Amino acid sequence: MDLSIPIGSLVLKNPVIAASGCFGYGVEYADSVNLASLGGVAVKGLFLAEREGHAPPRIVETPSGMLNAIGLQGIGVHRFVAEKLPELRRLGATVFVNICGSTIAEYCEIARILSDAEGVGAIELNISCPNIKEGGIEFGCSLTGTHDVVSAVRKVTTLPVIPKLTPNVTSVAPFARAAEDAGADAVSLINTFLAMAIDVETRRPKLTNVVGGLSGPGIRPIAVRMVWDCYRAVKIPIIGMGGIATPEDALEFIIAGASAVQVGTANFVDPFIWSKILDGLSSYMERHGVSRMTDLVGSLDIPQRTHA
Amino acid sequence: MPIEVLADVAANTRLSPDYNVIELAAPAIARIAQPGQFVMVKAADGLDPLLRRPFSIFERLRDRDGAISGLSLLNKCIGRGTSQLYAAREGDKVSVLGPLGQPFVPVEPPAEAWMVAGGVGLAPFATLAEALAERRTPMTLFYGGRSAADLYYAALFERLGATLVLTTEDGTRGERGRVTAPLERALRSLAPQQSVTMYACGPTPMMRAVADIGGAANRKVFVSLEPVMGCGMGGCYSCVIPVRQGSGAHFVRSCLDGPVFEASNVVWERLPAGH
Repeated sequence: MDLSIPIGSLVLKNPVIAASGCFGYGVEYADSVNLASLGGVAVKGLFLAEREGHAPPRIVETPSGMLNAIGLQGIGVHRFVAEKLPELRRLGATVFVNICGSTIAEYCEIARILSDAEGVGAIELNISCPNIKEGGIEFGCSLTGTHDVVSAVRKVTTLPVIPKLTPNVTSVAPFARAAEDAGADAVSLINTFLAMAIDVETRRPKLTNVVGGLSGPGIRPIAVRMVWDCYRAVKIPIIGMGGIATPEDALEFIIAGASAVQVGTANFVDPFIWSKILDGLSSYMERHGVSRMTDLVGSLDIPQRTHA
Repeated sequence: MPIEVLADVAANTRLSPDYNVIELAAPAIARIAQPGQFVMVKAADGLDPLLRRPFSIFERLRDRDGAISGLSLLNKCIGRGTSQLYAAREGDKVSVLGPLGQPFVPVEPPAEAWMVAGGVGLAPFATLAEALAERRTPMTLFYGGRSAADLYYAALFERLGATLVLTTEDGTRGERGRVTAPLERALRSLAPQQSVTMYACGPTPMMRAVADIGGAANRKVFVSLEPVMGCGMGGCYSCVIPVRQGSGAHFVRSCLDGPVFEASNVVWERLPAGH
C-alpha cells in the first residue's frame, strides 16, 4: 500500500501532518510520538523576531470547538534554526515551517534564512492568522496581497511554498487561484474562523484579545466544503484541515480533494492520535481495494440528480 | 514520558454539593508520579467539553499489600468537565494523561517545610507530604477554608506527621480569618537560623500574599499555579505564566515549566484575575 503524497518537490511518506500552532515546535512531543512516522510536522508560526503573544486567558471552549487568541508567541526564526531544527532533523521529521510577517520583506527574509538552513521540508506562509493585525491577514484577505507575498517568497526560495488560507473571506477558491498563479506549490486551508465568546454575568469577552479563532470538530463541514471549492479551482495540491479527529474525518477531506491533511485541535485531546488516524487510513484503503493514497484524492462521487 | 490510561472509576466520594474525591485505577501513572505533578483528564467521551482538564494528582492509592493501585483527584465543580467528574460513577471510564509538569522538590531536614493550602489548593500537597515524611522533614500544613466543613482531609496530613494550623472564614474550626495570618505569626517567631521552605496552592490572591510574606522574610516560596490549560503537553501555548526576565516579563508554558514555580519568579501583577 502506498500512502505517499507528492507536494511540490517534496514526497510525504503519508498525508497526515501535525498542524501549526497545535504541536509546539514538534520537539515537545518527541517522547510520545515518533515524529518520523508523520507525513509532516508544521511548527508554530515564526516571525523574524521573538514575540510574547497575548495576555491570558488565551483559549475558551465552545461546544465542539475552541477559540484561541495566542497571538503568535514564538521564539523567532533564528532561535528556531539554532535550537529546534537540529533536533527535528535528528528525529527524522519532515518539517513544515510556518512563517509570519508584517511586511513582504519580512516573509522573504525568513524564507531566505530557512532556505540556508538544513532540515526544512517546506515553508507554510501564514497569511491568515485572525488574532493579530500584523499576522499576515492583510495579505490573506486581499487577492493581490496573496499574489504579491507568494510570488515574492517564490523568488527567494526553492523550498516548496504553501500559503495557508483564511476562511474569513466570501469565497476561498479565488485566493487558492491567486496563490497558484503566483507560483505556490500547494495551498493549505483552512485557518480558524474569527469568532467571539462572552461571559454574560460580567458582560466581558472570555478572551483577553476579545476575538479569537474557532477550531475543532464544529468547523469541519465548512472546511470540507472549502477544500472541495478549491479542488475544483486549482491544479496544485491542497492540504486540508479543520476539525479532523478521526480517520473518517481525514478521508472526508481527501475525498473532497485534499492531497494531505493537518490535525490540530484533536491533538490537544489525544496526543497519541497520529497512529490511530494512520492505521484507520490504511485499513480503509485495504477495505476499499485502494492501493495508492493519491487515487483517493478528489474521488468524490456525486450521483446524477434524477428528476421525478 | 506521559502515559494515557483509560481508567476505571474505583470510587467517588462526594464531600459536599460541590467537592468530591474520585479514585481512578491508573497505577501506571501513579507509580511514576512525583509530588505536585498533574494529569490531564477527560471524564466522558463527546465534544462538549472538548478538551481535557488539568488536575493535581491528589493521593497515590495503594492496595492492601501496599502496591500502588491508582490515584485520586480532589475536584471542585466549576464547569462542565468538573461536573462530569463529580457525577461519575464507580465503573465509569475516565481518560487520564500524565504524569505531567515540574514536580515540587521536597526539602531535606534540618530545613522545615510549610505547606499553605486554600480550599481545593490542598490537592498537590498529599504527594508532597508523603515525600517529606519519607525524608523526615518537619512539616506544617496551614490550611484555610470558608468553614469547618470545607477543611477536607486534614487528618490525612496529621497521619503523615504534619502539624496542622487551620483557619476558617467563619471561625467554625481553627482560627477565624485568613490562613496567611497564622503563617505570618509563625514566621515572626521562627529562629532566623532555622531554614524553612514554603509551598503554596490556592486562590491567586492567597498565593501572592504568601509570596509577599515569604519574600519579605527572605524565605523561599514555591507555588503551584492553575491556569487555564489546553493540552498539558506544550502544544497550544494557552497556559502561559508571566515570569521575570530582566526588568520585564516573559510568558512560559505552565504545563512544561510549571505548574510549580518559585514565587519570586512570577510577575504576579500580570497574572489574570481569574487564576
